[in-house]
Amino acid sequence: MTNKSSRRSKRFEALAGRDINRETFIEPWPEVGLVVTDSPYDPQPGLRIVDGRVSEMDGRPREQFDALDLFIADHALDLAAAAEAMATPSVELARMLVDVNVSQQAMRRLAAGCTPAKLTDIIRHMNVLEMMSGLAKMRVRRTPANQAHVTNWREHPALLAADAAEAALRGFAEVETTVRVARNAPFNALAILVGTQTGRGGVLTQCAVEEALGLRLAMKGLVTYAETLSVYGTEAAFVDGDDTPWSKAFLASAYASRGVKVRFTSGTGAEALMGNAERCSMLYLEARCLMAVRGAGSQGVQNGSISCIALPESLPGGVRAVLAENLLASLLGLEVAAGNDALASHSQIRKAAKLMLQFIPGADFIFSGYSVMPKRDNLFGGGNFDAEDLDDYNVLQRDMQVDGGVRPASEVEVVAIRREAASAICAVYAELGFPAITEEEIEAAVYAHSSDDMPERDVVADLAAADAFLAGEADMAAVVAALHRAGFARTAANILEMGRQRVAGDYLQPSAIFDADFRVRSGINDANDYAGPGTGYRLAGARWEEVQRIPQAKSPRSFVQDHVGAPLKKLAEVGPAKSGTRTEIVLAVGPAFGAALTRTIGGLDHEAVLAAILTGVAKEGLIGRIVRVKHTSDCAAIGQIAAELSGSGIGIGLQSRGTTVIHKQGLARLNNLELFPQSPSLTLATYEEIGRNAARYAKGEPVKPVGVKIDNAARLRLIVKTTLLHQRETEQIRDEPPAELFFDWEPEV
Amino acid sequence: MNERKDRAYPLMEHAADRLAAASGRRLAEVDLAAAASGDLSIADLQVSAETLRAQAAIAEDAGFRQLAENLRCAAELTAVPNAELLAMYETLRPNRSTYTALLEMAERLAAGYGATLTAAFVREAAAAYRARGLVLPE
Repeated sequence: MTNKSSRRSKRFEALAGRDINRETFIEPWPEVGLVVTDSPYDPQPGLRIVDGRVSEMDGRPREQFDALDLFIADHALDLAAAAEAMATPSVELARMLVDVNVSQQAMRRLAAGCTPAKLTDIIRHMNVLEMMSGLAKMRVRRTPANQAHVTNWREHPALLAADAAEAALRGFAEVETTVRVARNAPFNALAILVGTQTGRGGVLTQCAVEEALGLRLAMKGLVTYAETLSVYGTEAAFVDGDDTPWSKAFLASAYASRGVKVRFTSGTGAEALMGNAERCSMLYLEARCLMAVRGAGSQGVQNGSISCIALPESLPGGVRAVLAENLLASLLGLEVAAGNDALASHSQIRKAAKLMLQFIPGADFIFSGYSVMPKRDNLFGGGNFDAEDLDDYNVLQRDMQVDGGVRPASEVEVVAIRREAASAICAVYAELGFPAITEEEIEAAVYAHSSDDMPERDVVADLAAADAFLAGEADMAAVVAALHRAGFARTAANILEMGRQRVAGDYLQPSAIFDADFRVRSGINDANDYAGPGTGYRLAGARWEEVQRIPQAKSPRSFVQDHVGAPLKKLAEVGPAKSGTRTEIVLAVGPAFGAALTRTIGGLDHEAVLAAILTGVAKEGLIGRIVRVKHTSDCAAIGQIAAELSGSGIGIGLQSRGTTVIHKQGLARLNNLELFPQSPSLTLATYEEIGRNAARYAKGEPVKPVGVKIDNAARLRLIVKTTLLHQRETEQIRDEPPAELFFDWEPEV
Repeated sequence: MNERKDRAYPLMEHAADRLAAASGRRLAEVDLAAAASGDLSIADLQVSAETLRAQAAIAEDAGFRQLAENLRCAAELTAVPNAELLAMYETLRPNRSTYTALLEMAERLAAGYGATLTAAFVREAAAAYRARGLVLPE
């Protein structure tokens, strides 16, 4: 800014063009709630209990309690643990949280007696690494899992079903859809139900819509969980959201009464966005939300800022605060769907770095919606990670041996399952008399990447049919019957089993999901027992093998084949190599040269490389002599031997993979005149130049080093091949002295 | 972990033979043949009050007290028809009802459906709403 001239630094110009500089960054402003933690207006922790009732909480007497305070004090706080918890210094609680010798149960018992300000105060003592350790211990379910978003802007039923089936196949344990037009809700819920149960039985589904409509979908059996029961950390924001803690708790019971798993939604930044933050920090308000969620009897919460994520991320410490809210939720014994859904950053580096805070410790659901389709089709404003990141995500699991809840899938299996799902929804539409889905639409859905690849439908007819479906008698049982009639036996059986599980209600327990055999896994029978190294969930056995098997992985044995041809007939051994006396160039080749290997890593035939180097030497009027080094495959050693044998004292060392050095008698082995380590970049013209330069050194002329293109990605691309070619050369090593080679070739000079 | 709970959960594994749907139909009779012949209604695929109470006990044993309370209310609400359940939720939203109307709803829950826990919860809400100005004037 102090630069008076208009001239810009080229470096700063390049930086300005980076994605990170498309973000908005702001300084904290506590008066409007734009502060992630530690607002100067946050209350101090405190609790007074008189006659078994909270009379004062976090500095506010009961007479001044707002609706949230009342609800938290009377429903969320465990008064039996409160005295001990509130008397324990926050730093001590923070240390216990990280201490692997303090059990999850012991920690949870104390946390239940903490007020919102006390919970926030614990976080003050923790850095992100400690919070990640805490999350690994406090996560409710032992086995981490993941949730997918499946939507598209056309709201095309065949595409929804196909994407839902793909999500299920890829391992997501829950699939969430929503609507662009609310009236489509029953059809969208139906499409992902049919799709998921085609892809893999037992995937839980939901359709995020207005509360009352969501309940009606549940009553028809079209959804198995509900997640978007939003709560807020101030009374004013809560009422703006058209609910109270009591109405939300009632709604949760209403859902459960129809056999639907319930998860609330909260997250940092919502109150500030709604203009009702009451000057408090986002994390303190989130602690209030989480206690309201617990008090309302929800088994879990999706938090991690969710749709407000860009707001905390605009502030210092925002990403840390988002991890803190995940941790607080798990500390309170709530299932956590940890965010990472809405667009959080333009920067690929920043979004991936943020993900690690949930990915590495593991969450009940690492995403509360990984977009299985491209982000332009994501109706949640989501897609922070989307379809185009799926391969990256699978590689991250493989890199770190971390279970991110997803499995690699091949194109063949994905295409097949999409076809089955699109055909199944087509059959349901036909059986139930909904507007037909054509063969052309099925075919498009099977191969589509997004809505853009789908034909248009008659939206007016679809909406009218959706209205009739919602109002009519047809329900989950009718869908099962329709699928059964149409021959989709597996999908029919899976949807029926979801209904039977609804009767058993096992998945109403904390953090419940189903495996592929409809075995429930929840905080009751799959409780997280992490207690340090060697305990808790470990990615091992068949699941680790599955994560390793990305379709891109090849057998390393195949890499060498391209570099082995018929041994060079023109190259013959004629006896032990002798020291020369003439002004010559000795070209020493590696043990495998022209025999066990016949092409360089760049694909050049060894014969052509020899010819190029010798041509260069000849053009300078010298003669080249070829020897084979047998007792080493090391490039420097081969070059040094060449120089020692050379009458001029100048030699060239050439490994079979093409790496070359110009060496000189008397130089240390690892010193040299010129080294060409990037063999993939070397052309025949370069090799000829190398021959010429060697000859010029021999003649004592001034030499301009050979120019070689720098390609930093060459090593990245070819390191496996380099390793294997070198391995093969090394296998040819014999404890024998260098041999003189006769090369049946004449230079065309 | 107490032994009783370990035996009970999951109910699908340990108690399937004793489970019945909200309709009273035994779980063993909720099968594809019944679905195919159009013999299944949605009530055959809904959880019963008794099962919800069993799940509440499991949650309570595992230390999830509030979830258990919620599931006990849910058990009560299985008796409330869909349309009325939706209407009750609407009544409980902020600034929708008078204090008296909320008390009447509590009474209906208790007297009409035996939903005593939920009724008490609604009465508590009514008091809180009145204190915080979230009720309509009488």
